[in-house]
Amino acid sequence: MSLRRIGTVLLWCYVVTVFAFIMAPIATSFIVSFNFDRFPTLPLGAFSLRWYQDIAQDPMLPPAFRNTIIVGFTVSVIATTLGFAAAYTDYRYRFAGKQVYLALALLPPTIPVVILGLAMLIFLTKIGLFGTLKAIIISHIVVCLPFAMALIRLRLSQMDQSLEAAAWNLGATEWRAMRDVILPFTLPAILAALFITMAVSFDEYAIAWFVSGFQETLPVRILAMFQGQVSPRINAIGSIVFTITMTLVILAQAILLLRRPARAPD
Amino acid sequence: MSLRTAAASVAENAAPARLRPNPFALTWALPMAIWQLLFFVAPLCFLFVMTFWIVQNFRLTPAFDLQNWHAMLGARYFWEIYFRTLIYGLLAAGLVSLIAFPCSYMLAFRAPFSLRWFAVFLLITPFFTSYLVRSYSWKVVLTGNGIVNAGLGFLGLGPFDMVNNLFGTMVGYLTLTLPLVVLLQLFSLAYVDRNLVEAAHNLGCTAIKTVFLIVMPAARVGIVLAATFAFILSFGDYVSPSLLGGSKPPTLSVLMVDVVKSGANWPQASVVAVMMIVTLLAVSFAALIYAYGGKGRG
Repeated sequence: MSLRRIGTVLLWCYVVTVFAFIMAPIATSFIVSFNFDRFPTLPLGAFSLRWYQDIAQDPMLPPAFRNTIIVGFTVSVIATTLGFAAAYTDYRYRFAGKQVYLALALLPPTIPVVILGLAMLIFLTKIGLFGTLKAIIISHIVVCLPFAMALIRLRLSQMDQSLEAAAWNLGATEWRAMRDVILPFTLPAILAALFITMAVSFDEYAIAWFVSGFQETLPVRILAMFQGQVSPRINAIGSIVFTITMTLVILAQAILLLRRPARAPD
Repeated sequence: MSLRTAAASVAENAAPARLRPNPFALTWALPMAIWQLLFFVAPLCFLFVMTFWIVQNFRLTPAFDLQNWHAMLGARYFWEIYFRTLIYGLLAAGLVSLIAFPCSYMLAFRAPFSLRWFAVFLLITPFFTSYLVRSYSWKVVLTGNGIVNAGLGFLGLGPFDMVNNLFGTMVGYLTLTLPLVVLLQLFSLAYVDRNLVEAAHNLGCTAIKTVFLIVMPAARVGIVLAATFAFILSFGDYVSPSLLGGSKPPTLSVLMVDVVKSGANWPQASVVAVMMIVTLLAVSFAALIYAYGGKGRG
């Protein structure tokens, strides 16, 4: 019996080790960003903000940051709109080829990003969009849309389908029922989808790297820094971006949880 | 509301209505389809067409020529890289599944509810941190005189070469796939019927035997799907093999990026990409057949 006890304790130690491995790069990134040494080792150097001051003075970063924000906002709005329409279609209708329709909506995240990047590079160059922000926006919508669709579809599956039918019976047009029944009910998921797609776009580096040309986004800049002079500036940028993304995600979570009583709108 | 109740409430409702092409229905049905056909399907099709084009005097020329296929598939180094990438991907998928399983098992069967939710929260966090920054952190930590080697030095060990080799590449793959695999395994284990496990115990089955005979077969679909995702992600990953593995020896994604960025030979890069897609489809398909077919319970 005590042997089993030891086994259980060892297994829990193992679980902690696995989580330590998962969390280690995030934690070290924060630590390294506040550490004075360019090549951190043990013992750690003095606390310092020099890498943050460094990135504040880097002339390449503000445009990259601005591009990231523009792309993120545009992508989140369009991807969420398209995702909502697709989710509603899946919820409401059946039709021949629905499997194909759903595959269109959900497959992109399973294609490796380098392949999508190359395909986008070739295609967008052909239609004359290479090196524009539009190129990054178009590609990111393709990748982000599935997340929006999945989130909103999940919310719709919690809805009593007779609600919409009741609205029609009471004389509402399909458009009116959409506005007054479906939209209010899915609003929390729509907001969550806006934040999540924005977060996904903020982080995407590979496709953006292929299609952006000189219009770098922040992750593309990080990749460039990675391949050139390495320094804890990468960690400083990473820490800032992490804080922003986590804020977005926690906001999305909070909205979903606050609205959790899944009741129909009155 | 849990997934289960959500699914139940859908089942109670009437089946979705047949789509009749009226303005309302088309307004919702068409935009996504049009967008994905234009910007997802078309680029992938064009990628395939591109493999038959040729580069003449540094200009892309439409053609129907098999020379890119001959050039790539006829080259010894291509097949070396191809099989290396395949083995790396399979190795990563196997390794990450093995590492993740005891962890997912403990969380699914032994952890109290609140701890499990905290674990899920921790597992989701990495998806919102730049994978690039996380890889870079590993490079800093694992490098020649980095933190890990300095720590081992105090114990009188090392220094070990942990980056620019297979070890570094695998650390990268694990960083990319471990959180997802633990999550997927955890979800599939959570749906294993507890009565089966109880029954096995009552009939005198040891804990380890129960895991192999009851739990793993019951959670087979989830475990296989998780491994498949790990394979897909590792097989196509560029960051691990190039930044943590040092690009030597290269993988298919490194080769492809090289051909695009320095060689500027899009048709040949497209051949590599198409070969990657075909391989991924084949492996995913085989995995799905294995997961859902055979004698195991869904």
